[in-house]
Amino acid sequence: MSAGVIYTSREEIEVYRFNYAATFFIPLAALLLQSYLPVAFHGRLYFFDVFDLPLLVTIFFGVARRNPVAGSITGAVIGLAQDAMTHNYLGLFGIAKTFVGYGASSLATKIDVENLGSRFLITVGFYLLHRIAYLLVQHGMVQQNAPANWLHSLGAALANGLLAIVVFAILDKFKQRG
Amino acid sequence: MESFFSRYRNPMILGIVLLLQVFGLAVQVKRPIDPKHPEAGSVRMIRLWVSTVITPLERIFVGTGNFFSENWHDYVNIGGLRRENRELRQQNEQLRIGQAQLGEEAAQGRRLQALLDFKQHLVIQTVAAQVIGSSGTEQSRVLYIDRGARAGLKPDMAVITPDGVVGKVRDVFPFMAQVLVLNDSSSGVGALLEKSRLHGVVKGTSTGDLILDHVMVDEKVEPGDRIITSGGDRVYPKGLPIGTVAQVSPGSDLFLNIRLKPAADLNRLEEVLVVTQPPLSQADSETPVRAADILAQRLPGVTPKQPESAPGPAGGQGSAATIAAPNPIPPKPKVVRPPLKKTAPGNAAAVPSAGATPAVTPASATPSPAVPSPTPTPEAAKPQ
Repeated sequence: MSAGVIYTSREEIEVYRFNYAATFFIPLAALLLQSYLPVAFHGRLYFFDVFDLPLLVTIFFGVARRNPVAGSITGAVIGLAQDAMTHNYLGLFGIAKTFVGYGASSLATKIDVENLGSRFLITVGFYLLHRIAYLLVQHGMVQQNAPANWLHSLGAALANGLLAIVVFAILDKFKQRG
Repeated sequence: MESFFSRYRNPMILGIVLLLQVFGLAVQVKRPIDPKHPEAGSVRMIRLWVSTVITPLERIFVGTGNFFSENWHDYVNIGGLRRENRELRQQNEQLRIGQAQLGEEAAQGRRLQALLDFKQHLVIQTVAAQVIGSSGTEQSRVLYIDRGARAGLKPDMAVITPDGVVGKVRDVFPFMAQVLVLNDSSSGVGALLEKSRLHGVVKGTSTGDLILDHVMVDEKVEPGDRIITSGGDRVYPKGLPIGTVAQVSPGSDLFLNIRLKPAADLNRLEEVLVVTQPPLSQADSETPVRAADILAQRLPGVTPKQPESAPGPAGGQGSAATIAAPNPIPPKPKVVRPPLKKTAPGNAAAVPSAGATPAVTPASATPSPAVPSPTPTPEAAKPQ
């Protein structure tokens, strides 16, 4: 007799949902802060660009809902909105975050994503996946040759991982048991 | 009890499908920025929607912050010194810009450029704007400012500070605009080394650095050399500081690898000026005029009415009267002469530029790199 190995308990695969206000305003707040914070802290205009709040929100919604379809759509919408704030083609962030949303939802059904360590590692991993997907689309479809600074990306991934611990703890308060 | 989703499944799927189509349509469709001002151009609906949602909130944030900080400071400085200081600072910024342009103009007057007698009097009208947001990503170095089409802004207008060039207006919305910053990888500015008068193109890189491109390896460029706008790109007024040379190294091709330190602190932008009126020299030279044409027209006209007391252009002093004199050259010189080779718009021989040696020897004009279009795109294509 064999059974699929799932590294999680029944409680850990609890599916959460969010009310409509949270679904709309949390990504909106992430986009707003992403745009506003660099300006609010004059002199560090691009320092805050290291952090990707919309990505953290995408991951959070993905792992909380544990629904790949919902995760994909969430990632696509947040990514496209983030694209619209730049001067690049619409879809670069959209496609990258769609991957992340799908991946986060799928992974959440397999492993424990509730403790701090796993949240940190998941965010670091998905930040790098997001970066790879973005660069692939940028090189493959848009034909823009931007060099991949992997050391910088790794540092940014670690920084986002640390930030995710705080952000996820805040966003946990908006969860509702499904 | 049926759940909400299973009960309304079909209408929800219908809604999602419709929403996706509307969303897809919004990505493709372009709408006028301001229906009342169709000449302001158009923008994708999705950008308009997101900007419409995001920027009012940003405006509220900035406005609220300013309200409290201004009230606090006004309370401390009862005499309204802060307000007065701000007005004086704006005046000072305008004066500094004027000073920079006048300095460049005077330098031109000292050279043989006066022979060509182009209208180089830079009359600039600017609109002050506050930075209210950014793209928030390293992949796109754009800013949002709180002035838009209603304030007279249009795409491709130069954005500057008293310290130097910031970038140019990209997309314009009714009450705000998107500014492409100089150090974005898709930015480009026609530039000039102030001392040697060498032409080049200042570009941004993907890491946010500034480089001066199209300068041959055999040219002498040293750290500390100042880079100014050449005016040839018809976006940036001539003579504005771009930056200084920080590092010079031989590049992989025939060109030097020159890194710049931007004159304006691109990471500390709070208030900027948008140049709404281009310099006269740029506005009047819509049709490219070749240096050879100018010279050919000038040479027969040297004899009549040459004031004896006034120093000639070759005198090297370039009096103020010479500079301020109205341009006797019509925009389109009609000179009967043998046909010459056509030059492309933007070519250094066609665009009035300070370093244009053709004033003396038009046939052996120093070849300069083509001045970039307002938006040079090193990549294959850029988004609209």
